[in-house]
Parts: sequence; C-alpha cells; structure tokens
Amino acid sequence: MLTYTIRRLILSIPTLLFIALVIFMLLELAPGDPMAQVPLTVPAEVKEQMRVALGLDQPSYVRFWKWIVQIFWIEPKVFIDWLTTSSGLFGWLPDTAFYERCVGLSNLDTCDYRALSWQTRSPVIDIVLQRIPQTLWVVGTAYVVGILIALPIGIYSAYRQYSWFDQAGTFVSMVGFSVPPFFSGVLVIVIFSVGLGWFPSIYDTTLEVNSWESFKKQINQMILPVMVLALQITAQISRFMRASMLDNLNQDYVRTARAKGLGERVVVMVHVLRNSMIPVVTVIALGIPSIFGGAIITEQVFKVNGIGQMLIGAIQANDLPTVQTLTFVFAFLIVMFNLIADVLYGILDPRIRYE
Amino acid sequence: MSEPVPSSPLSATGPLQDEVSVDGESAVLTSPPRSQWRDVWDQFKTHKGALFGAFVFLFITAAVFLGPLIWRVDPQFLPKGRDFLNLRDTRPIWTALWDSGAKVTWAHPLGTDNLGRDTLARLMFGGRISIAVGLTAMVLSLVLGTAVGVVAGYFKRLDGPLMRLTDLFLALPLLPMILVASLLFRDMLAAMFGIEGGIFILIVALIGITSWMQTARIVRGDVLALKEREFVLAAKSIGTRPGALIRRHMLPNILSPIMVSATLGIATAIITESALSFLGFGFPPDFPTWGRLLNDGVDRLVSYPERSILPGILISLVVLSVNYLGDGLRDALDPRIRGR
Repeated sequence: MLTYTIRRLILSIPTLLFIALVIFMLLELAPGDPMAQVPLTVPAEVKEQMRVALGLDQPSYVRFWKWIVQIFWIEPKVFIDWLTTSSGLFGWLPDTAFYERCVGLSNLDTCDYRALSWQTRSPVIDIVLQRIPQTLWVVGTAYVVGILIALPIGIYSAYRQYSWFDQAGTFVSMVGFSVPPFFSGVLVIVIFSVGLGWFPSIYDTTLEVNSWESFKKQINQMILPVMVLALQITAQISRFMRASMLDNLNQDYVRTARAKGLGERVVVMVHVLRNSMIPVVTVIALGIPSIFGGAIITEQVFKVNGIGQMLIGAIQANDLPTVQTLTFVFAFLIVMFNLIADVLYGILDPRIRYE
Repeated sequence: MSEPVPSSPLSATGPLQDEVSVDGESAVLTSPPRSQWRDVWDQFKTHKGALFGAFVFLFITAAVFLGPLIWRVDPQFLPKGRDFLNLRDTRPIWTALWDSGAKVTWAHPLGTDNLGRDTLARLMFGGRISIAVGLTAMVLSLVLGTAVGVVAGYFKRLDGPLMRLTDLFLALPLLPMILVASLLFRDMLAAMFGIEGGIFILIVALIGITSWMQTARIVRGDVLALKEREFVLAAKSIGTRPGALIRRHMLPNILSPIMVSATLGIATAIITESALSFLGFGFPPDFPTWGRLLNDGVDRLVSYPERSILPGILISLVVLSVNYLGDGLRDALDPRIRGR
C-alpha cells in the first residue's frame, strides 16, 4: 500500500506538469492581449516597456519554465518556511529560510521571484490563501450538511426500495441534478430574501465573528448559499448511497447474518452499511475538488468573495499569472483528491490490492 | 455493460425464442415475432417518468422551434417614442389576478423587458439557441467519445495512450478552463464567423471537447468485451476489415450506452451553456439564451422576478425531462432489466 501511494505520488508529478503545460498553452495560443486594458492615451513605446517589465518579450518556453519554477519550486519553499515559522502544527521545528526575499537591487541574481498578480502586484498564492477561508466556510459547510442529509436518505430509500419515500427521494434528487445552481440560487433569493425577508441575499465577507450576535449573523447569511450547494450534493450522494446499499442488501453475507439471528438494525447499520460506505467514501473524496469548481457559480450568485470570484475577476482583467496559477491550483486539488480516493479505496476494501 | 444482441439489431426481425425446447417439448410460437426495438419501446412505455420526460422535451422543443410561426412578434423589436414608454416593463398577464394596478397587456402575455421587447418571443428565441447548442454539443462530444472509445478498445496499441489522455482530461479543471477559453478565443472566432456564429461555434466546441470522457470510457469497456465474442471472431475469419467490423458489428451493439450518454449529454450541455451565459461569458445580450435572460433578470429581481424565473424554469424543465428520458432509456435498452 505504501509503495503504491509513493508510486502514485511520483506519477502525479508528470500529470501535473502536463496539466500546467495545457493551461499555459491555452493562454499562450489565445489571441488576447494583456495590454488591452491599458488606456489608449499611453504611447506605444511605453506599452512596449510595460511588456518588457512583465517579461512578455521573452520566448514562450522561457516563460513556461519560469512559471514552472515558480509553482513547483519557489512556492513550496515559501510554504515550508511558513510551516516551520508560524503554523501551529509544525511550529516547533527549527525555523527555515529557504525563500530569499528580493531586497531592492542588492540580491537581484539570487532572490526568488514569486508569481505576482498583475492586478494587485502581490503574490498570487497569498491572495488565494486570503480568499480560501470564505470559500471553505460556505462550500465546506455545504458539503458536510449535504453528506449528513444524503446518507440517511440513501440508506432508508434502499432499505425500503420502491416505497413512497424512495420514489420521493428519487424525484427530489432528480430535481437536485436538474436545477442548475444559478437558478436555484436566484429562486431562494426571491423566496427567502425578497419575499419573506428572512436572510440576506449578499454574503458579507467582512463580517468578523467575535460575539454571539455576529455568529448568528454569520449563520444567517450562510444559510442560502449552503442550501443551494447542499441540494446538489445531497442529490448526488444519496443516489450513490442508495445504489451501493442495494448492491449489498442482496448479498449472501446479509442472508447469513439474518439467518444466525442478528437484529435487523445490526444487519443494516453494521454489516451492510459498513460495506456500502466503501465506494461512497471514495465518491465523497472525489467530489471535493469539483465542489470548488461548482462553487464558482454559487459564489457569483451570492457575491461570496472566494476563489471562484477571484478567478472570474482575473479572467475579466486579463490577469494571466493569476488565471494560470489559480487554474493550476484547481487541477492540483483534483489530482490530489483522485489520489486520496484511490488510496482510501485500497485501505477500506481489503479485496482490492494494488501490487 | 449491456448484454450483446444479435449483431445487427436494426434488422433483427427474426423471432427471439424460436424452437427453444421447454420442458422437453418443442415450444410452439404463440405470438408473432417481435423486433428488438418493439421490446425496447414496450419497456420504455412502462416508465412513466421517462414517457413524461419525452413528452415535455418534445413539447418544449416544438414550442420554441414552431412557436414563432404562431406568435409572430420579433424578439429584437424595440418600440420607439411613446410606444416605448407604454410597452416597456409590462408584467405577465397573471399579475393582474392579485394586483389590479399592474401594467399588463394581452398583446404581451408574458410581459416585456425594460426595453419593451416581448418576453414570450425572447424566450422562444433563447430556447432555440439553448436547445441547438445542447444538441450540437452533444453530437460533437458523442462523436469524439465514441471515436476515442472504439479506437482505444479495438486497437490494443493505442489503448494506453488514449486512456491516459482521457484521465488527463478528467483531471483538468473544466469549468475554469472553459471560462478562460471562451473569453480568450471570442474575438478571433467572432472575426472569422461573425459575432453570433463565432460564439456559437466556440461554445459548442468548448462543451464538446470537455465532455467526451465518460462516453469514451463506457464505449471502450463495451468494445473490449465485444472483441472477445464469437461473432466478432467469425466476422474476422471471413476477412472483414477493421473498419467494416467496427461499423457493422461493433457500433450497433454499443448503441444503447451511446444513446443513454446522448440524452444525458444534452442535459449537461444545456446547463454548461446557461452557466457560461449566466456568468457573462456566453452569447451577447442582444442574442439571448435562457441563461443570458436569467442573468439579465437578476438585476431587477425585486420588481420583476418573472424575468429570471421563467427562463430558469424552462432550463430546469428541459434538463429534468431529458434526465428522466435518459433514465427510462437506460432501463429500456438494458436486456437484463427489460421484460421484468
């Protein structure tokens, strides 16, 4: 298992490199001009100097190499430094200083250049880290809520297959699949925010939770986006849970368990549930990165200031380093969670052995 | 996947169970021979949701494509002068039921937008674009997926590279990349094919290129299983070339998973197109699709909620009906479920 994990980890590096190449080539082949937003009054030679300052006069393979170095070498150095100096988990380790900050002109040759956003001139990863808590608050809560609702629904609909509860569950999850988040979001805003006035329609990211009042306000503003996202998640996972339970309920070991006199509760909740959870857990792991992607729309509807909205803003402002790096962050999440799902599957199911 | 059927189901009119000995006696045919598609239809009919889905989908498609023949209002028509003030911002006719002071007119039963354009005509126009995008993108992704799947399954040498490619595509963050590409290539394609045509091609191509992977995987699995069957061996041994073998013997047998992918593909394509239009990366505002209409309505949601809700309901209805249709087709085309 360990060798398998290590091999998969090593194999994921060429995958990520290839994805980085695809992302870079997509932006490279596109006929867009990063200087298109600069006012027309700026003279052409000044524009040319601005291009040189951004490094755009270099051939594309040089820029690709520099970007690769930035995301695969310099950003990990920054991350390790942060881990050993300020994080709670590894703060006890001796402080490291792999990353060399550029100080004026004194160390131009040796210092590390991080990927800078053209909009804000600050490192892209720093902005991503500022935005991630907002996304995680909404998306993470929705994911947990969705799973907590989906599992009991899936279990009960499988146990009482073709009952009215099962039929209703099928219908609701079909609706959850079919109603896109940009419509369900608008719909809940019309009903709960405009019509009933219960919850705010805009998510206030500047709200600081430091008292009971502000905590209630935070919960209040989270309910609508969480509701929209949780509907989709519940639809997918409850269907999967139901199918997985149905596969197991007709197995021989279930008949054996009943035959030897175990109670129905033990049979379903211990024997069948534990075996049915194996594929469901991997599906839950696989769904995490796609939730980040899907949250782009929900974030847009409720004006949540997360990484999805950061991507939209960067695309509209032609901010190439941010777009590249952020898309790569999404790809990194997908590859890593695929790996985690595969390894989890091997750990949970002893019948599966990776050589 | 599904159990293989006799190699050419389209012409399989012969009896399915002739001369089978049951309990030692020679069974006599009691009913006229049935074709496979008759069986599929009979099973499909038992699935109420699927029938309803097919009906709703056909109804909405017919309404948006044939509706303009009856409802002859130009969706782009802008009233001028005093008409503009009179005709803009009218509400749907049913608003008068609870609000007697509402500005309604029978000339525009679903109301007009803030420029006085007729909502019903715009919904039909938008539906034509949305459904056309959905169908074309589905065909493109189906062709890509089937081609990759068949080639990977049939030619052993290409299996590894093609499946790695499929895995890589599945690992790409698709929505962000579609957003990036749709903005970056917009001007180039608009210059080549005109604004509407260019964006149509762009969106169809983007959706098609990013949604073929599931079909490819399913088709490859089925082709791999079919390759080991006797009828393929027989066809090979009488000298059928790979191209003819795939066309005549493989494709008819993998038709059912392809049809199921096709219906589900329409649903994803329509949702993706609407999401793009909603985020402002799709068609221009004067060329509305359902997603675009929904987005335009959001700004005045408080006063005119119907402008967002009507296109939203239509998108959801189409997707829901197509999903039910796919569900029913999956059951009807699976011989293990059929007849039970």
